[in-house]
Amino acid sequence: MAIVQLLSVWLIPALIAFILLYGTAKKVPTYEAFVEGGKEGIEIAFSLIPYLVGMLVSVAIFRASGALDAMMEVIKPLADAIGLPAEVVPLAALRTLSGTAALGMTTDLIATYGPDSFIGRLASTIQGSTETTLYVLTVYFGAVGVKKMGDALKVGILADILSFIVSVFIVLFVFGR
Amino acid sequence: MVNLIWVMMAVIGIVFAAANGTMDEVNKAVFESAKEAVTISIGMVSILVFWLGLMAIAERAGLLDKAARLFMPLVRRLFPEVPPGHPALGYIVSNMVANMFGLGNAATPMGIKAMEQLKKLNGGRDEASRSMVTFLAMNTSGITLIPATVISIRMTYGSAAPGEIIGTTIVASTISTIGAVLIDRYYYWKRMRKGRKP
Repeated sequence: MAIVQLLSVWLIPALIAFILLYGTAKKVPTYEAFVEGGKEGIEIAFSLIPYLVGMLVSVAIFRASGALDAMMEVIKPLADAIGLPAEVVPLAALRTLSGTAALGMTTDLIATYGPDSFIGRLASTIQGSTETTLYVLTVYFGAVGVKKMGDALKVGILADILSFIVSVFIVLFVFGR
Repeated sequence: MVNLIWVMMAVIGIVFAAANGTMDEVNKAVFESAKEAVTISIGMVSILVFWLGLMAIAERAGLLDKAARLFMPLVRRLFPEVPPGHPALGYIVSNMVANMFGLGNAATPMGIKAMEQLKKLNGGRDEASRSMVTFLAMNTSGITLIPATVISIRMTYGSAAPGEIIGTTIVASTISTIGAVLIDRYYYWKRMRKGRKP
């Protein structure tokens, strides 16, 4: 799986060079456009603060009290039986419900197990690879007033479960445990 | 639902701490984690500013439109109910491309526009059409190219290679999107079969 790792290293520099050259060729005022667009990044980062504070504190209380470990003892035999790491099961469940809540959980896992551990890499991949089903359903159907969702919720949740399983496999495959 | 989970984690934690004598740890955790959350958010500024700045150049150079044209034939196949050249297809593709490059803010309005058009095609009824379910399925699994926020968190915690999860993220999100479309097709097929029976 050297290709996947090579892709990780090359993709960002290649994209940067390509976009800058392409923008110059199309006579875009590159630097001004960059600064203008970058301002939005500040807003997004700052608007994330309350979400992250709320979620991280709640997760931290749950972990520091020992309740999380107790829950893991219950989940572990089940997760082990089907070969899934128990530590990321709560993240997988939360990912379907709220993107920012999951981001808090991902941060907690990375902080606890280290970014370059198996759990850290797996949490990173899970966080990056799916969208929040409930958010997408609420916002898109809500905005246009569709009330009967049909199979949409079922399909979305099944896709999330699939995405979780695929993440576990690909991280195991590329990095090992 | 999120409200309930949030409250339960904190309350169960505090009750558990009371029963197990870990209240000191809980006290420390509250203040440390709040501080940590702010540090992480500030740490994200660097990557988000750079990435969104770069994407602003790409957008003004017409690169996002180009990418959209590239995916058009694929999208037309995925939405056979939508007539070719219909504006819904354009919005669907723009939404897909914006999501791919991590531009959530640009993706959401496009997605809503796409939904409006799909609803019109469905005669304005308040139930989800086949195309709407497909669009939702693709959106919830979403192909990601650069998971910028995740990379910045990994940087904050001193990862030796913060970007090393780009490859696994692309593979995982691509496979799961294909899976989502197949699951969607399966349910469509089930609905059709049921519909034919008297």
